[in-house]
Amino acid sequence: MSPLTFKGGIHPPDKKDLAKDASIRPAQTPQRVVIPLSQHVGAPCKAVVSINQEVRKGQIIGEPGGFVSAPVHSSISGKVVAIGEFPNAMGRMVPSVVIENDGKEEWTILKDDPDYSNLPPDALKEKVKAAGIVGLGGAAFPTVVKLSPPKEKPVDTVIINGAECEPYLTADYRLMVENPREIVEGLKILMKILGVNKGFVGIEDNKPEAIEKMKDAVRNEKGIEVFGLEVKYPQGAEKMLIKATTGREVPPRGLPMDVKVVVQNVGTALAVYEAARYGKPLIERVVTVTGEGIQEPSNLMVRIGTLVSSLIEECGGFKDGVGKVISGGPMMGFAVASLDVPVTKGTSGILVIPEEGVVHAEDFEPCIRCGRCIDICPMGLMPSMLSVLAEKGHYEEAKEYNLFDCFECGSCAFVCPSKRPIVQLVRLAKSLVKP
Amino acid sequence: MEALKKEHELIVTVSPHVKSEETVSRIMWSVNLSLFPAFAMGAYFFGIKAILVTALCVITAILSEYFVQKSLKRKVTIYDGSAFLTGLLLGMNLPASLWSFTPFTIHVPIIGSFVAVVITKHLFGGLGYNVFNPALIGRAFLLISFPRVMTIWTEPTAALFAFDAKTTATPLGVLKEEGIGKLVEVFGDTLNLYSQLFVGHRAGSIGETSAIALLVGAAFLLFKRYISWHIPLSFLGTAALLAWVFGGKDPQTGKMLFLAGDPIIHLLSGGMLLGAFFMATDYVTCPSVRKGQILFGIGCGALTMLIRLKGGYPEGVMFAILIMNCFAPIIDRGFKTKVFGAVKTREAAP
Repeated sequence: MSPLTFKGGIHPPDKKDLAKDASIRPAQTPQRVVIPLSQHVGAPCKAVVSINQEVRKGQIIGEPGGFVSAPVHSSISGKVVAIGEFPNAMGRMVPSVVIENDGKEEWTILKDDPDYSNLPPDALKEKVKAAGIVGLGGAAFPTVVKLSPPKEKPVDTVIINGAECEPYLTADYRLMVENPREIVEGLKILMKILGVNKGFVGIEDNKPEAIEKMKDAVRNEKGIEVFGLEVKYPQGAEKMLIKATTGREVPPRGLPMDVKVVVQNVGTALAVYEAARYGKPLIERVVTVTGEGIQEPSNLMVRIGTLVSSLIEECGGFKDGVGKVISGGPMMGFAVASLDVPVTKGTSGILVIPEEGVVHAEDFEPCIRCGRCIDICPMGLMPSMLSVLAEKGHYEEAKEYNLFDCFECGSCAFVCPSKRPIVQLVRLAKSLVKP
Repeated sequence: MEALKKEHELIVTVSPHVKSEETVSRIMWSVNLSLFPAFAMGAYFFGIKAILVTALCVITAILSEYFVQKSLKRKVTIYDGSAFLTGLLLGMNLPASLWSFTPFTIHVPIIGSFVAVVITKHLFGGLGYNVFNPALIGRAFLLISFPRVMTIWTEPTAALFAFDAKTTATPLGVLKEEGIGKLVEVFGDTLNLYSQLFVGHRAGSIGETSAIALLVGAAFLLFKRYISWHIPLSFLGTAALLAWVFGGKDPQTGKMLFLAGDPIIHLLSGGMLLGAFFMATDYVTCPSVRKGQILFGIGCGALTMLIRLKGGYPEGVMFAILIMNCFAPIIDRGFKTKVFGAVKTREAAP
């Protein structure tokens, strides 16, 4: 059978060998955490703690500010020492709560509920909501929103995204190898909440061990199937994953629920399981610390709010001549300006690229209209036209070329022989016109 | 931790942070390389004159690019292989007989190369902005300005220093003026005609004659994915079809005979292969959407045959491509790609 896939896409070197065999280990408990109250699109949270207040692990420190929002919890036990604006990985100043560790590691009440699967869907959904779970694949969209489709948009399938198509990253891979059973339980909870009886798991074929482990885990589950997908970036993009596993195409600017699908990342599924069974809020996640510029590539279980600098230290520090430190993967991640930025719920990796590996962007050339970007654009756009129009300031005209359908996967900029900063030009255009 | 922070100045750029190794200059030099077999065959058949004419074009192209970029205060890009390619393609599209002192025609390749690089490429904005294929405009300019010396063809002597090579007509010239019977007679029989055309043992422009060498170069470009099949196949397919349908002539009356033409002669002669694989596929001047490229190729093939069969010139590849170059931008507009999800799939509403 030919592998499942979508049209277009690229094959960057996957570089997963660096960290793929490193088992997930807990990172050192940080002395201090900086927990942003805004970790994704949607309304920022309102702080519900005050300076000098003692907090416990798992205690709510930020209440959601709107529907598209998720509560934020303390990831350590200790004392609130500051509430104010701190820089995040994108370089923006965001309201954050700083907590000093008291070393006690005291939890708020955690209650094991082995009978969680008998809970009604609404109770399970309430648990997911209370745990502050968001999509752990990168965009950190509040999970409960995806679990609340309007009545006119019934859902029939839940897809677990195990593609992990970003080069270097191995966090999802390790989770699937080490916790396949829990991920499947998470998927079953999601299916129950949404009232569907079809569940898919999509994994790229370059992770045979993960596919095998997940297949074992679903052997006795009804309605759940594990698919191997062609190794191709951006296979893990929601729309591409849905196309590859179900053959359905999400309409332009539409949502997965428009084709009766909800997609969740493997890490999210695990968090859902832990929330439903133990009531555990999302206070930690797996982060792959990797790249040619780091001494010991690792997969760490990291408390939200841990600073990037302490992860770098924990992985043996930089090798000589560090160039870039990227929060996320090399295709869509953000190069950080400072190491004193926190890991958030959406941080899937910290990637260290040595100086000689840095691709400098300032020396780009004119578009020679070679059409490579048009051939590979997974969204069927004409990135060459978008980049030329944006460069010339014709932002309105760029809309005729479906500017706002671009999700900035970066495939075009990867293949461009003229090294044009196409993603940057697209973002510029998007910021200057209304959709 | 303070030390860690101070020690490192981090580079911040927009994603993606990895890029392919493909560069414009690697593409250009690869195309130059792919043209080498055909050029070598031209040098073999037409001798030192072929090498000198081509060298004149290449050197003029590079010097022109250098001076025009200096005077326009642009970045000098003579090493990216694109000026070299323009010079090489122009040289390969000229007759070797232009290396001649009586009459003096040494200036002809120089003028053509200058027009190609300075007027066609740089005055339109440089690489990426030119509307027309520079080498072809260079050649068209020369054909119109120096019509006589541009159509003096010599026999392929296969001798290095053949300064006294006899002038002769190209196979397409014979076909147009005297018909297919005469052409076959010149080459002995039909099979010999085909094989001589295939090897390139015939009068013509320096780099256009050897079909086998051009196909080797084209195979390399297709294999490396520097070109795709869309333009060459639609170009050659259309030309072959039209040559077969409308290319036949009654030897007695000279009237057109339907479905009696010889497509093989048309494909293997003139600049058909050089044009279809190496010139119509120029990224800058062809459409960049695949479906549009097919229309572009069909247009090139149809115009080529229209000129060959009905026009005043025996050969039409050059004008066909130049005319279609004008339509490339509008073809791209008409064949915008379909956005993912724009049409509902079968399963969308189960």
